[in-house]
Amino acid sequence: MSKRIDVEHLNVYYGDFLAVEDVNINIEPRSVTAFIGPSGCGKSTFLRTLNRMHEVIPGAYAQGKVMLDGEDLYGRGVDPVTVRSMVGMVFQRPNPFPTMSIRDNVLAGVKLNNKKISKSDSDALVESSLKGANLWNEVKDRLDKPGSGLSGGQQQRLCIARTMAVKPDVVLMDEPCSALDPISTIAIEDLIHELKEQFTVVIVTHNMQQAQRVADKTAFFNIEGTGKPGKLVEYDDTATIFQNPREKATEDYVSGRFG
Amino acid sequence: MSTNLSDTERGQDDKQQTSSLASAASAGGRAGDKIFSGLSLGAGIVIFVMLAAVAAFLTWQAAPVVGIPASSVTGGNGFFSYVYPLVLGTLMAAVIALLIATPIGILVALYISHYAPAKVAKPVGYVIDLLAAIPSVVYGAWGMTVLSPALAPFYNWLSETFGFIPLFAGPASATGRTMMTAGVVLAIMILPIITSLCREIFIQTPQLHEEASLALGATRLEMIRQAVLPFARTGIISAIMLALGRALGETMAVALVLSTGGLQWSLLTSGNNTIAAEIALNYPEAFGNRLAELIAAGLMLFIITLIVNLIARTIIARYQEFSGAN
Repeated sequence: MSKRIDVEHLNVYYGDFLAVEDVNINIEPRSVTAFIGPSGCGKSTFLRTLNRMHEVIPGAYAQGKVMLDGEDLYGRGVDPVTVRSMVGMVFQRPNPFPTMSIRDNVLAGVKLNNKKISKSDSDALVESSLKGANLWNEVKDRLDKPGSGLSGGQQQRLCIARTMAVKPDVVLMDEPCSALDPISTIAIEDLIHELKEQFTVVIVTHNMQQAQRVADKTAFFNIEGTGKPGKLVEYDDTATIFQNPREKATEDYVSGRFG
Repeated sequence: MSTNLSDTERGQDDKQQTSSLASAASAGGRAGDKIFSGLSLGAGIVIFVMLAAVAAFLTWQAAPVVGIPASSVTGGNGFFSYVYPLVLGTLMAAVIALLIATPIGILVALYISHYAPAKVAKPVGYVIDLLAAIPSVVYGAWGMTVLSPALAPFYNWLSETFGFIPLFAGPASATGRTMMTAGVVLAIMILPIITSLCREIFIQTPQLHEEASLALGATRLEMIRQAVLPFARTGIISAIMLALGRALGETMAVALVLSTGGLQWSLLTSGNNTIAAEIALNYPEAFGNRLAELIAAGLMLFIITLIVNLIARTIIARYQEFSGAN
């Protein structure tokens, strides 16, 4: 399943500090959307509000609406735990559970939501998830070895397999390649193209070539100065953002004339 | 004198010439490295020497026990039948203490590290650390005068209801100064050790792993079971071992609380004794063979501690590959 995301007038706070101001954005299902912008502009912060991971930080909260196929994630009585099982997340640094085998890492999320899973079902799920993450051939002979023994790129694909195994509607990626070498980066980017067929993918990246390679649409976030809130400056087709942006700030940033 | 001077001058010249690669700073750093590695090696050796010295002392002082005729040993049936009730008593007290203190300690540590708001967590942490600073004789006095009489009616009820279990067989002690009370006092004494060590370890769980778990849709409890506890496993075992060490060796609290006597399977009657308390109660008046007996009992305690620690190391080693240290 793949769902659309509609954000209306979202303000994101850390305590009293307004970190991101008044974001409105509509993200289509089965698409890849990239968030770009300078460091500290709030793009990662905003990404984390899409699965309510933002509020894990003490004092952090968000106001406004985030609709997943029309259902408000911040509506009354909505459990963040449920939201996070529908909106998966891949982090900047690969973070497989070091205390678990590769197999158990893939099943980690499934075992939370559905404790009783038969051996054959779980075997099939491990295989399909690892195949989906283009990792199966590399690890099929050592599923019982610790996940922390893999290379960085393999670990990141293991994390993607772990996220896919839960069968979310949306996959969020917070700079998933920034800790990886170019070869591993290309492997992840190829994977993102395939993920698009099943999921809505949102990716934060500092690499503008990467945004151009993977994203259908691109959103540019910017900040006017320290202590000011981050804002969504421009959101359009990736080609438009990089070749013919409406805003001067966007043009300066994508052409490298920024700061 | 003059040759010395010229040597020094030449040395300075050399230094200036070679300063680009082998600068004075890095040479000093290398020497510092050697000194430090020597120091830490020395510290490591000191530990081994001390351990060996203690073992040698105990063995040497306890050796006469071997030559004593069985009828002359306290109790009149040889050293083994003298010491095994003490060994069992020691283990009983320590096991009761661990059974009570481990779950409570881990729960309190989790509360401080993951549940309590920062404003509450700090004071609770301080209070727990403060508990560790109370001298054991104070715990013993409190256990004897306050806790024992308070628990006596409960023991009475326990023995009437669950008396069919040998551990709870009646009649319960009227004073409450039983193995159970000693175990409870020990539990309170080792609680701070378990709590503060576990808290330190729980706090150090990488945020990455906690977020990984939460992002998969874990509740806070599931996150703790998935990310925090497995990561802390080695540390928890170490904390329990340190606590066990104190429980096994604790003297004053047990000596004051327990109304000592022969081996009893019931934890609710007076009787039983621990090695440490036996030594403390009898050492001042012991000489000759009696002294050797007591020291031999001490040697038993030493051996028990070694065995327990070996078991713990084995458990930790089994999880090595999945410890997250690689």
